Amino acid sequence: MTAGNELAATAISAQGLTRRFGKQVAVDQINLQIRPAQIYGFLGPNGSGKSTTIRMLCGLLRPSSGTVTVLGHSVPREAEQLRHKVGYMTQRFSLWEDLTVLENLQFMAQVFGLARSARAVRIDELLQRYRLNEMCQQRAGTLSGGQKQRLALAAATLHQPQLLLLDEPTSAVDPQSRRDFWESLFDLVGTGTTILVSTHYMDEAERCHGIAILDRGRLVAEGSPRSLMDAIGAQVIEVEAVDTRAVRRILQGQPFVRSVTQLGTRLHALLDPELADARGRVQALLANEHVDALVEGVRASLEDVFVAATGFGRN
Amino acid sequence: MRALIHAIALKEIRQLRRDRLTFGMIVGIPLMQMLLFGYAINFDVRNLRAGVFDEANTTASRALIADLQASGVVRIEVHSRSSAELSQRMKAGQIAFGVHIPPDFERRRLDADRPVAQIIVDGSQPGIENIARGLTAMPLPGRNGDYSPDHRVFEIRTEYNLEKRTATQIVPALIGVILSMTMMMFTAVAIVREREHGNLELLITTPVSVFELMLGKLLPYVFIGLTQTTLVLILGSALFQVPIRGGLVSLYLAALIFIGATLSLGLLISTIARNQTQAFQMSLFLLLPSILLSGFVFPFDGMPRAVQWIAQVLPLTHFVNLVRGIVLRGASLSDLQEPLYKLLVLSCVVLLAVTLRFHKRLD
Repeated sequence: MTAGNELAATAISAQGLTRRFGKQVAVDQINLQIRPAQIYGFLGPNGSGKSTTIRMLCGLLRPSSGTVTVLGHSVPREAEQLRHKVGYMTQRFSLWEDLTVLENLQFMAQVFGLARSARAVRIDELLQRYRLNEMCQQRAGTLSGGQKQRLALAAATLHQPQLLLLDEPTSAVDPQSRRDFWESLFDLVGTGTTILVSTHYMDEAERCHGIAILDRGRLVAEGSPRSLMDAIGAQVIEVEAVDTRAVRRILQGQPFVRSVTQLGTRLHALLDPELADARGRVQALLANEHVDALVEGVRASLEDVFVAATGFGRN
Repeated sequence: MRALIHAIALKEIRQLRRDRLTFGMIVGIPLMQMLLFGYAINFDVRNLRAGVFDEANTTASRALIADLQASGVVRIEVHSRSSAELSQRMKAGQIAFGVHIPPDFERRRLDADRPVAQIIVDGSQPGIENIARGLTAMPLPGRNGDYSPDHRVFEIRTEYNLEKRTATQIVPALIGVILSMTMMMFTAVAIVREREHGNLELLITTPVSVFELMLGKLLPYVFIGLTQTTLVLILGSALFQVPIRGGLVSLYLAALIFIGATLSLGLLISTIARNQTQAFQMSLFLLLPSILLSGFVFPFDGMPRAVQWIAQVLPLTHFVNLVRGIVLRGASLSDLQEPLYKLLVLSCVVLLAVTLRFHKRLD
């Protein structure tokens, strides 16, 4: 394979990426291969190392060990060469709240070195695309969560980056804005942009082409959401019952039950994959305890994958 | 009710203990203030840097000089060969006190109506004039028969501030105090605020270099500083008739270097402080000794050696020397090389520290 092909084949690659803060290991031996023109998601709870990994990928933090190549550049050594090719959206809104929408975009356009003639056209285009026209004279601090997020995305894509790094971009917006935001991301992928997004929402992770599940700094599962759901190392049964607390108590006492998650009046239980006739065993168990319940074997959801990958709740 | 007050007080104490800087200040502030006010501020001035031009050069004149020296108030560092040299030394700020013994010294000694020698005092600095008065009121020791008891030995001439107005001494130096206060706090707080808001994290992922980032941030403050300098000069002249005897080019050049030094200090604080409150506290922590030790209000020569050494690290000390020299004594920068170089060296050291600490990374 030639170097050019390799460049096209991976947007981001990392080997043994590790970051320690003092004695604490925030990111532990992570390997990544992210293909271009995809949305790749980091799924994990708070403190799982998502932000630290993203910061290392864009050169904001130096890895304690391991190698990173982003768009063919070794990071952090060649991080400066990446600045024009990468857009970064921080977890918190980090544009200037005391500048107007337009002033923020104008400033960022200048910082990214857009030619004077191109600037106005590009800003207009983005104001239109992200429906910011009406509030372009408004100070950014007065915008709603969803508007701020659209402004941040507009600013991060001003210079038409090949790679977009988004650190929990939807943690502070309403569901409708989240849906709109993801539409925008798919539009960007359609034009060839690679997007790396971190999230702790299952529905968002499910929309990604590929995801990596992070847990306490380690990469515990990787692949497309579908392949992960298919390859889950557990049987999933769904129990519908009135007295869910009793079901939970009974199931949690069994050695073959790995974890139980409640979803309204239903419970998802992850069971030992080796267990024969799981549905029958559970049904008999509940009947024995005089608990009225409907038991069904179901396909794993991404949440089940997540629970299985992060050690079945560890309790 | 008592339980609630107790709960809140307990929570407050817990938080105070976690914020190490504030906790340090609880002890640090009284300690610093005690040391500053107790040791540094001293109106009982000793070892004032003095120069002598002895035209008589007789046994008695040398004895008179020895007596002055023996008083401990002055330390004679310069023996001049001319009046002009003595003036030049004073203009350059090397001495604050001059003694001129005229050639007819011996004849004057016998004439109780005429002072035998002249004391020249640098009126651009606070306190010196009073020290000279105190010195001349003191009876000279052990020279029975040399002078009659009511013989006025010295005549005092106050240079550069004939009207002996305090405003004249304070206003030019006030430029330095105002610049220290505003430049240091503005930059420190402005940068820490950007970091707190995450603006800086965003900026460092853009093609902006550290150099562009720092310079771009500081440039507006340079203009603010120069505007403040101008404002103080105009107000000083209009309200207090403070003269501007030296060249404006020298003055603005000195101001520019000082602004550079204080802005760098502000940057340095911003690399250490974790939030705006800390940045503010640190600025204050530097500002207080600057004001007290720089010679702005209290005579620099009155401070103990150790404190004078500390004062050498504060840019304000050197700027006060420069600005008084230029504005009041009509000196040019070439006359004031010592404070000029010290200020430049300080600026470079601080700037070096800043570039070492200020990375285009988060760690």
